[in-house]
Amino acid sequence: MKDITENEMTLEFLSKSNNEAFARVTVAAFVSQLDPTIEELSDIKTAVSEAVTNCIIHGYEDKQGIIKIKCKIFAGSIHIEISDNGKGIKDIEAAKTPLFTTKPNLERSGMGFTIMESFMDEMKVESIVGLGTKVTMKKLIKSKDELCSETTN
Amino acid sequence: MKVKYDTLDKLLVLELTEEIDHHTTEKIRRRADYEIQRHIPRKTIFDFSGVTFMDSAGIGMVIGRYKVISMLGGKVAMINVKPNVRKIFEMSGILKIIPIEDCA
Repeated sequence: MKDITENEMTLEFLSKSNNEAFARVTVAAFVSQLDPTIEELSDIKTAVSEAVTNCIIHGYEDKQGIIKIKCKIFAGSIHIEISDNGKGIKDIEAAKTPLFTTKPNLERSGMGFTIMESFMDEMKVESIVGLGTKVTMKKLIKSKDELCSETTN
Repeated sequence: MKVKYDTLDKLLVLELTEEIDHHTTEKIRRRADYEIQRHIPRKTIFDFSGVTFMDSAGIGMVIGRYKVISMLGGKVAMINVKPNVRKIFEMSGILKIIPIEDCA
């Protein structure tokens, strides 16, 4: 059994596109203490990258602002909250639709929220137009022991 | 990105050597479009062997190049796609128009 320890971290950085890699690598380093598989780690990095990119190109529309990431480890799972104080999302349901994008001219695929939803166990979007957007994601990191016993279930 | 062009076969190989996200696609796009318009290749291959990470920005980048290449009458394929990158392409459905091939 894995030790069910709790841990927390908060990260704040400018909405510059070269911070996308910094954000996902930092979250991945924090999650590493749960001993995730390579696939779990890769899924989390991708989800974080999508959320942070959204803050930069949609929330702040390339103006400078602060992006905040809060991570919490609780009962073997990782909770990630990524927020901005940008322009907010008018229609969250539309934004979550696969292939929907307001920026096709930037060659955006419209797959950001779809990827976050399918790579993480839970994903929630809260937004207030003019105030900002908060994406909350959760993923259970299965310990190696659980993975072995799962085959007998 | 490393670029190889075979004049006889009119084959352009774009070997991607960095993590692919919104930040890096801008540079990749500019260089790729330059090479494509310079050579007008019969076939363009994106070699992903050096790509350890890609998010949805990669989908947009590949589809964008596909549009440019198709307009110029060329074909597109991808090789050496790692499982984590393949997962993202599969989700987007673009493998139906841009195949992953076994080797160059």
